[in-house]
Amino acid sequence: MGDAIVITSGKGGVGKTTTTANLGTAIAMQGKRVCLIDTDIGLRNLDVVLGLENRIIYDLVDVIEGRCKVHQALVKDKRFDDLLYLLPAAQTSDKTAVDPEQMKELVEQLKQDYDYILIDCPAGIEQGYKNAIAGANKAIVVTTPERSAVRDADRIVGLLEQAEIDPPMLVINRIRNHLMESGDMLDIDEITTHLSIDLLGIVVDDDQVITASNKGEPIAMNPDNKAALAYRNIAKRILGESIPLMSLTEEKKTFFQKLFGFMSKK
Amino acid sequence: MGNRQNVMIKGTKDGFILKLDDQCGYEVLKEELIEKLSVQYKAADDQHVISAKIEAGNRYLSEEQQEELKEIVKSQKSLVVGEIHSNVITIDFAEQLIRQREMSSIAGIIRSGQVIEVEGDFLLIGDVNPGGMIRAGGNIYILGTLKGVAHAGCYGNEDAVIVASQMIPSQLRISSLLNRAPDLDVNEQESHEMECAYIDETEQIVVDRLQVLRNVRPDITNYRGGI
Repeated sequence: MGDAIVITSGKGGVGKTTTTANLGTAIAMQGKRVCLIDTDIGLRNLDVVLGLENRIIYDLVDVIEGRCKVHQALVKDKRFDDLLYLLPAAQTSDKTAVDPEQMKELVEQLKQDYDYILIDCPAGIEQGYKNAIAGANKAIVVTTPERSAVRDADRIVGLLEQAEIDPPMLVINRIRNHLMESGDMLDIDEITTHLSIDLLGIVVDDDQVITASNKGEPIAMNPDNKAALAYRNIAKRILGESIPLMSLTEEKKTFFQKLFGFMSKK
Repeated sequence: MGNRQNVMIKGTKDGFILKLDDQCGYEVLKEELIEKLSVQYKAADDQHVISAKIEAGNRYLSEEQQEELKEIVKSQKSLVVGEIHSNVITIDFAEQLIRQREMSSIAGIIRSGQVIEVEGDFLLIGDVNPGGMIRAGGNIYILGTLKGVAHAGCYGNEDAVIVASQMIPSQLRISSLLNRAPDLDVNEQESHEMECAYIDETEQIVVDRLQVLRNVRPDITNYRGGI
């Protein structure tokens, strides 16, 4: 029986889809069977980031409406030998084409065959969000070090706490080192105390993340990129290993030792 | 019913007390009250308004009945009803009183978009994040940081107070008054000691040291006994 993890943020553009694609890739690199579900019906793009767009035959709505079997709709990523699959969203319908009960059933079915199911949630807190969290038993909240993103993350955490889901974990994305050092950006400590949920990982802002997703190759496959390493570390933490947070700079080490303490406490 | 009196009028130095029998029918009582009052004041022509207190004993009077009785008494010259006293209240009303007096509490964080509303006092063990809101009919006590909105005395109690370990609110509301945080840099406002907010004599919400609370709102102390 696998774990179903929903990746959500409330605010758009903080990197939910990029995070889903990269965590899926990184978990598959660890040898686990992973299925990604894109629930952003009408605005699908997880397939683009993974470079699987032109192999889609059936989609999520086809499965829900019974036009095909689940395994027919799953797109296999050939780069990972039978480990990484994608269930793409439909592009022609909208969020109301699916309801939470149907999603729950679908995820339960997929849990039998996969170790991890990552559900990419659309922005917002309406129908699409409700569908996305319906089948999940864990949640990752993605935010960036901006007030607006943290505010929306706070709202989402509040909603997740009311759902039947384990306490959500936090990924802080798009960290810009120089802004954080100069105090012009919220620092990691501030964000974690404000949201008071466990920190799963931090990812630096890197131009290569964008170029890689444009090429349809998740950055996590890149062996020596800092953001890629961050995603691989998060994946390992999801699998239960304890990996210290990577330090952004040498001078900041003591600051991060505090955070290591925070992580190991749980 | 013979000559049993259903309405008794007693004069005291504070005014009249109208003692109403609680065994007879309401209509009978009403008629007798009208009759008694009309006899009583044949010659009373002075301008003095005398207050009358109605004692209904073990009779439950609904709002309409109370209004009706007040009207009857008022229609007699120079009488005005001060209060109506009855030994009986409805269970609904009793439960409402309990809710208004009890303190509800939550251990946790009130996050953006969450609104907590209680009729009495409220104790929060945790923070109120920006975008979160607490509305209480009574006082609000926060063991944590208030970064959102707190509305104490939201049904009109001007004596209500807001207390927080750290006050960095986006808004404070007490009764119908509102106070907004000054437009300072958020970082400059940190490292405050415990504070309380209340309405002062100038009808303004002020934030002050927690220690002043025992002087401005002595009623908050309800511990009886020697220290």
